[in-house]
This record gives sequence, C-alpha cells and structure tokens, in this order.
Amino acid sequence: MTTTPTSTRKTAVHKTATTRKAGPVAYVTLVLAGLVAVVPLAVVLLASLKDAAEFRADSPFDPPSNWLNFDNYTTALTDGEMGTAFLNTTIILLFSVTGTIFIGSMTAYAVDRFRFRLRGAVLGAFLIASLVPAVTTQVATFQVIDVLGLHDTRTAAVLLFTGTDIVSIYIFLQFIRSIPHDLDEAALVDGASRWTIYWKVILPLLKPAIATVVIVKGIAIYNEFYIPFLYMPSRDLGVISTSLFRFKGPFSAQWEVISAGVVIVVLPTLVVFLLLQKWIYNGLTAGATK
Amino acid sequence: MPVRHRKRRAGALPWLFLALPLLLLAVFTYIPVISMAWYSSTSWNGVSKRMPFVGAENYVEIFTRPQLFEVFLVSLYYVVAAFLQLGVALYFATLLSFRVRFGNLFKGLLFFPYLVNGVAIAFVFLYFFRPDGTLDSLLNFVGLSGHQWLGDPDTVNYSLAGVSVWRYTGLNFVLFLGAIQSIPSDLYEASDMDGATRWQQFRHIILPGIRPVVGLMSILALAGSLSVFEIPYIMTGGANGSRTFVIQTVDMAFRFDKVGLASAMAFVLLALVLLVTWVQRRLFPDDRSTTP
Repeated sequence: MTTTPTSTRKTAVHKTATTRKAGPVAYVTLVLAGLVAVVPLAVVLLASLKDAAEFRADSPFDPPSNWLNFDNYTTALTDGEMGTAFLNTTIILLFSVTGTIFIGSMTAYAVDRFRFRLRGAVLGAFLIASLVPAVTTQVATFQVIDVLGLHDTRTAAVLLFTGTDIVSIYIFLQFIRSIPHDLDEAALVDGASRWTIYWKVILPLLKPAIATVVIVKGIAIYNEFYIPFLYMPSRDLGVISTSLFRFKGPFSAQWEVISAGVVIVVLPTLVVFLLLQKWIYNGLTAGATK
Repeated sequence: MPVRHRKRRAGALPWLFLALPLLLLAVFTYIPVISMAWYSSTSWNGVSKRMPFVGAENYVEIFTRPQLFEVFLVSLYYVVAAFLQLGVALYFATLLSFRVRFGNLFKGLLFFPYLVNGVAIAFVFLYFFRPDGTLDSLLNFVGLSGHQWLGDPDTVNYSLAGVSVWRYTGLNFVLFLGAIQSIPSDLYEASDMDGATRWQQFRHIILPGIRPVVGLMSILALAGSLSVFEIPYIMTGGANGSRTFVIQTVDMAFRFDKVGLASAMAFVLLALVLLVTWVQRRLFPDDRSTTP
C-alpha cells in the first residue's frame, strides 16, 4: 500500500524525460476532429436504414426504427445497377494495376540496370511528364482516345490509368536501386538472359514496391471519377463513381436510397482500410513523396 | 569474346524494355501537350475538319472576359482552405507523434476520409448541407437557425472548400506524421532534459526536421486548389458562383464544343501549376526529388 504512490510518482518522473503525455486540450481537439470526420458519414448510414416516410419525419440524428431495414440497399443495387459497376471497376482495376506494375518495373529496370546513350533523356522525359497534371491535358487526350477509336470502351480507362502513371515508375526506380547489382551479375554469369533476370530475379525482389503500387493505384482507381466520366459515358460501362453519380437523376429526392448507395461504395474501402491500415499508411508515404 | 558479345547486345536491349512505356508516355502525355498547344491557337470545335487559326485570340479572351477570369477568384477559397488544412494536419501530426491514448484510433479517424470515393463524399455533403440536413440540425441543437449553405452565393464556396479540408487533411496528416516520426527521438529527449516546452520542440526540432515535406505538401495543396473539379462539379455543377477553372474548361470543351478556347484555358492552368512547382523547388530544394 505504501509503496504504490512512490512507485507511480517515480515512473511519472521517469516518463517526463522520455515521452510526455498529451494534455486535456489535446484530447478535446482530437475528439472534436474525430467527430467531424465521423458524423457526416454516420448520419448517412442512419438515413440508409429508414423508409421514405420515416426519413421525411425524422431529424438526421434520429436512429432508424428498424436497424435491419435493407430495402434501400436492394433498390440501390438493382435500380442503381451497382452490380455492373462493381464488375466494371474490378475489370479495370485488375488490368490497370497489372499494366502499371509491368510498365513501371520494366522502365525502372531498363533505366537503372543499363548504361546506354539517351538514358538521361529517357529519365528526363519521365521526370518532366510527372510535372504535368493529367487534369490539364484531358481536352487533348480526349482527341487521342477518339482517334484511336477507344472512346466509350474500358480499354480507354485501362490505357489512361496505365500510361499516365509516373508516380509508380518512381516508386519502382527508388526501390530497384537498393537491389545489389551483384545479383544480376551472378545470374548473367550463370547464362541467364536479361529478360530472365528481370523476370526471375528483379521482379520477385520488387514485391514490397509492388505492394505499395497495388495499394496506392488500387485506391486511386476505385475512387477515380473524372476518367470514367469523360471516356465511358455508356450506362453499361458505369464504374463505382459514375454509377453513384447517376443516382442524382432518378433518386434525386430519395435521400434514403442515395445514402444506401453511398454506404455500398464506402463499405469496401472501410474493410480494406481496417485490414491493411499499416500498408496503406506506408504506401501513401512512399507514393506521395516519391 | 563473350564479354564483348554481351556488351553489344546491351545496346539495343534497354529499348526493348522501354518500348511500351515510352510509347504510352508519348501517346498519353506528350502528344496531348503538343496538340493542345496547337488547338489553343485555333477556334476548333472538336468535331469539324476545319481548324481555323486565330493566333493568341483565345488567350486574350481568357484574360479579358470577366466571366472567364473570375473563376480564379474561386480558387482563392481553396488556396486559403489548403493552408488551413495544412495547419490542422500539422497540429494533429505533432500531437499524435507523442504518446496519446487511443492514438491509432484517432489516426484512423482523421485519415479515413481521404480514402472515401469522391462522388460518395459529394453526396455525403449534399446531405450534410441540405436544408434541415445534418448541419442545420446540429445548429438547431445549439439554438441557431439553418442556412442555404449551397444555395447562397455568399457561402457556397466556403461550404465547398470546407468539404475539401475534410477530405484532404488526413493525407497531409499521415505524411507529416511519417516525417515527424523519422526525426531521431534522442533529439526530443535531449531537449526535454534542457526543459524545452512543447512549442519550442515544435519550433526548433519538428518544423526544421520536416521542412521538405511541408514544402512538398504546400505545392501539392496549391496546385490542387487550382485544379479543383470533382466535388463542386457533382455538388453544385458550378452554380451560384462555385465554378472552378477545371469545371469551366470541361464545360467549354465538352458542353459548348469550344475545344480551341478550352485548350488555351488548360494551357494557362498548366503554366500556372508549373510556375508554382518551379517556385517551390527554388524555395525548398530537396535532393531526393531532383535526382530520381
């Protein structure tokens, strides 16, 4: 009994020297920020579980009378064609991410492992391109897609996602530099071709960089609105973003259905976030600072 | 002999690996930039075979027609919001870099909005700002009355810029946090011994330690506020004076078929973004990003 106070004081004194604790003001601001982040989303979840009459009578903060009323979800999925949207998004995601990995790793391999004339020029070409924000050139990119006859196809989105992603090239380039050249040399002495080295030695070693690219690119494509909106106007080519956008027309007054659509779109993101938190943080840090 | 053989083959080999990446780079970045420069000097409508040359007329129009020019003023709301967002992110990153109870929970809560689909965010905030919506109900709780948040030209841009703060603070926060955590912890310990206050630690250890990231984030925020599109386009369609430069450009090109004028606008935006980038690189030279 008598030793407890002294020992706590002792550790407290010790702690101030290394890690100080946050004060009450800090916690108040943190809780406030947490509420600001959550409340706008939480009220949408509440709205999605109410029926039309209930929605009209209720305040946004009233709980739904039946927590298991999924009628709005059924309407959103069927009338909102969200199944097709998920399918299209998945197809585009698979092809674009695979393409990005190959384009990025091949570029990084060629630029880092070979000494050739114009190497500096190639590197410069990618560097300058990284300064051009894609949103500024869409007017002219649209004409390119049109000339290629790709307007209103999934290929257009896949090519644009794959061909204009400079960030992943940098992620691969940074990473490949840390792989010792001795490994290539050893394989070369054993008679492996350059392609075999890329395929069997380099690519497997790039796994952490690939994970980063998959996460950063995957999130970006899942959430992208602009490219599918401009290049794939057909209904049956709707992706997650554009299909949800179309809710504005038929469901404009039905907030409970729109809310269900929002929850359907956000839920996979939440699940992926909870499962991959650490990798997402690391991936974004690697992606944003190049 | 074999060494020589190998050396010669390496001459053509890199190009085999680079062929596809360079083709895509040319087709989807360089050809658009070059053709855009050409379109911007014409009054092309995007469909016709004729592309009448008009010289610098489109550029003159952008800077002299008030309706076209005033969209830059809308960007100012987002610029101010961007710096507010950087400040908030820096505050929470500093806070959570120290030991905080439920630290990971707060980290997740602050960051998650960044991952949410933009269209979903637009709907969430249409619901938030609608008459008798979330915000009005909250204000009623504390005895204040509601307001036409998106319907009133005086407030629409504050509301929309607020959404952008909600959306992007988390990204800035995570990047700042990563940078702060890479500062060696013995620096804090040493300053603790010397009796430094929190503010002194922030001012003299944290801020200098993360200078390059602050520079990079400011540039991304600034370039981002010039190219705002998604949220205002979905939420208001540019109504009530919430039209941004990109909404204007997209409408010019794809609704009014003025590809020539739209290209000139896009070029002005590109020039502005490059200018901002150049200024940033001068102010915050960072050897990591200049030597890839």
